Amino acid sequence: MTALVSRVSGLCRKIAQTARLACGVPDYDNYLRHMREQHPQTPPMTHEQFFANRLQARYRPGSSRCC
Amino acid sequence: MTRASRLFGHLGWIALALLGAGSLAVLALHRGESVNAVWLIASTIATLAISYRFYSRFLADRVLQLDATRATPALRRNDGLDYVPTDRWVAFGHHFAAIAGAGPLVGPVLAAQMGYLPGTLWILIGVVLAGAVQDMLVLFFSVRRDGRSLGEMIRSEMGNAAGVIAMIGILMIVIILLAVLALVVVKALAQSPWGTFTVAMTIPIAVLMGLTLRYLRPGRILEVSALGLVLLFAAIWAGGVVAADPHWAALFTLDAKTLAWLLIAYGFIAAVLPVWLLLAPRDYLSTFLKIGTVLLLAVAVFIALPDLHMPALTRFVDGSGPVFSGSLFPFLFITIACGSVSGFHALVASGTTPKLLADEQQVRLIGYGGMLMEGFVAITALVAACALDPGLYFAMNSPAALIGTDAVHAASTISSWGFLITPEQITGAAQQIGETSLLSRTGGAPTLAVGMAQILHGLIPGQGMLAFWYHYAILFEALFILTTVDAGTRVARFLIQDLAGMAYAPLQRTDSWAANLFATGIAVTGWGYFLIQGVSDPLGGINSLWPLFGIANQMLAAIALTFCCAVLVKMKRERYLWVALLPTLWLLVCTLTAGWQKLFHTDPHIGFLAAAKKFGDAAARGEILAPAKNIADMQRIVGNNQVDAVLCVLFIAVMLAVVVLGLHTILRARREQQACACETPYVGVAGLEH
Repeated sequence: MTALVSRVSGLCRKIAQTARLACGVPDYDNYLRHMREQHPQTPPMTHEQFFANRLQARYRPGSSRCC
Repeated sequence: MTRASRLFGHLGWIALALLGAGSLAVLALHRGESVNAVWLIASTIATLAISYRFYSRFLADRVLQLDATRATPALRRNDGLDYVPTDRWVAFGHHFAAIAGAGPLVGPVLAAQMGYLPGTLWILIGVVLAGAVQDMLVLFFSVRRDGRSLGEMIRSEMGNAAGVIAMIGILMIVIILLAVLALVVVKALAQSPWGTFTVAMTIPIAVLMGLTLRYLRPGRILEVSALGLVLLFAAIWAGGVVAADPHWAALFTLDAKTLAWLLIAYGFIAAVLPVWLLLAPRDYLSTFLKIGTVLLLAVAVFIALPDLHMPALTRFVDGSGPVFSGSLFPFLFITIACGSVSGFHALVASGTTPKLLADEQQVRLIGYGGMLMEGFVAITALVAACALDPGLYFAMNSPAALIGTDAVHAASTISSWGFLITPEQITGAAQQIGETSLLSRTGGAPTLAVGMAQILHGLIPGQGMLAFWYHYAILFEALFILTTVDAGTRVARFLIQDLAGMAYAPLQRTDSWAANLFATGIAVTGWGYFLIQGVSDPLGGINSLWPLFGIANQMLAAIALTFCCAVLVKMKRERYLWVALLPTLWLLVCTLTAGWQKLFHTDPHIGFLAAAKKFGDAAARGEILAPAKNIADMQRIVGNNQVDAVLCVLFIAVMLAVVVLGLHTILRARREQQACACETPYVGVAGLEH
């Protein structure tokens, strides 16, 4: 039963991740983990800064999507 | 794997192949009243599954030799922002969301005028051998080059000149794409208060979302989008109320010309506003609505399995069709672009996706598999269009110049073509979906909306639901297209700034307001010109402009595939050159023939120069031909056709230039002893772990 619950919640998390990524926002927790492991000295961006950063990146020159 | 299970597996694939072949035979040989969509869906699934299992594996193992030990850009340059190793299904979803759009839905609807068979065959063959190959190859090459864009890769592999020419080509395509998509919206909203109100409401809804995301709930995209979607559905409902009220309905009943000018003004304002206020929130809404609609359509077609009433082949394969002019070859192959092969995907496959792959081998699932899924979407759109009564299909998709503006005249004209329909059927269908008229609603979107509404209504019946689904589908198309118009104007603006910056450096500064307004102005003037031209076109715009857009899109695919050929030779994989060369040659033949016919065909419905001459000669004799109302209109139509002809020549020139430069690269690479493609050096996955 717990295995089923954790599978369903894992699936929901993946769907939410896909939905955010489709809007140009990658996983914030993953970013925090990356900063903790690879750049422990640098303070990571807050969630708000992270979102603002990705917003600019999505519409900067060179990004494109299909018709 | 044991021997028995392997044998069992082989038998399964053979059974699937037989099922697919059998279904295709039913489709191809069927003559009679109607055929069920189950045959179409079955042959599609069989074809796509077999091609994925065998052909994409061949591409992965033999041609590209995908290497699981080689670290991808996401692993080497992981920064948690742009370069992020991502779960493969999440990356697949992202890639599909980026390539799917209005294109694969509209093209097949227009192609249905020739019957269901030509479109089906071109989608299936095209996606397997051309579209998915292009997407997979470009994605792979970009992964091997730090996720660089198509333009940058062309510059580094084929030289600076090829890079600049490709950039000009991309700019022209974006301009014509925006004009055609904007025209689709104008055609869908003209004289439709319900649709116009609903689409207009998306602007305040998006701004409200933008402000909320900025100040109240920063970064909570999903939450705020859910709120936006609820408001959108409320707007669809309110549209019905507006349309029923004489005073409000009059306010939102606009003609095509007014709508076109409103759209141009809107495009300019939206493109210079900060992205967080309007573009980003509307982008979120349209992304979710798009994926939701595509899935809804696929599931609904799958469950409903409607009968296809359109014949396998219609008489319009000869080129006299009312939807778009020109014969099956080459015009079918440029009408369905997205869904079979689309140059735009080369831009997406060399954008964010290559920076997400955690393993090079995922190129197969995401590049090839993603495009197969788009092909499936195109097939469901074709089913929705062919399930309509053919008489109604032609009533909606023929320009007023051919069928007139009243139901009686339209019904008798269309019946004389062999598609029997009564005036009562036409007006009844319009009433059912809450519109005053369905005549000449060209552009594909309304047809898809009616088809989709009928299928959904068959599954979930209810009073007034047909009208609701119709306006839902219109809203989805319009919202999506408005987002593209906004984002595309920005893309064009950056391209213009890049190109203009070569002549006068200060124009390149993206933070300068003057440079911004200048380049945005040029971009909007560009697509606005073609939009206005489309609105005042004798054949209703879509008829002449869609082929131009198709030529442009397939030209971009030909450029991307030429690049793929060049890189395969540089990698010393000439043995497998045919996987890219065959689709390249086919696209070159189609686009060059179509380009030539659009220029020089003697039929003024097809050839731009013949049309210019027809109207020019008539004007010289003092005659006025519809839809011109005076000599000035006549002169404008002559001028428009001449501009179209020039654009067509430019497309052909860009394509030929890239092909010549590609050939040059290939010949030079053949003389080299060793592989000489500019890949980033090998770094093993094992070497990265610490």
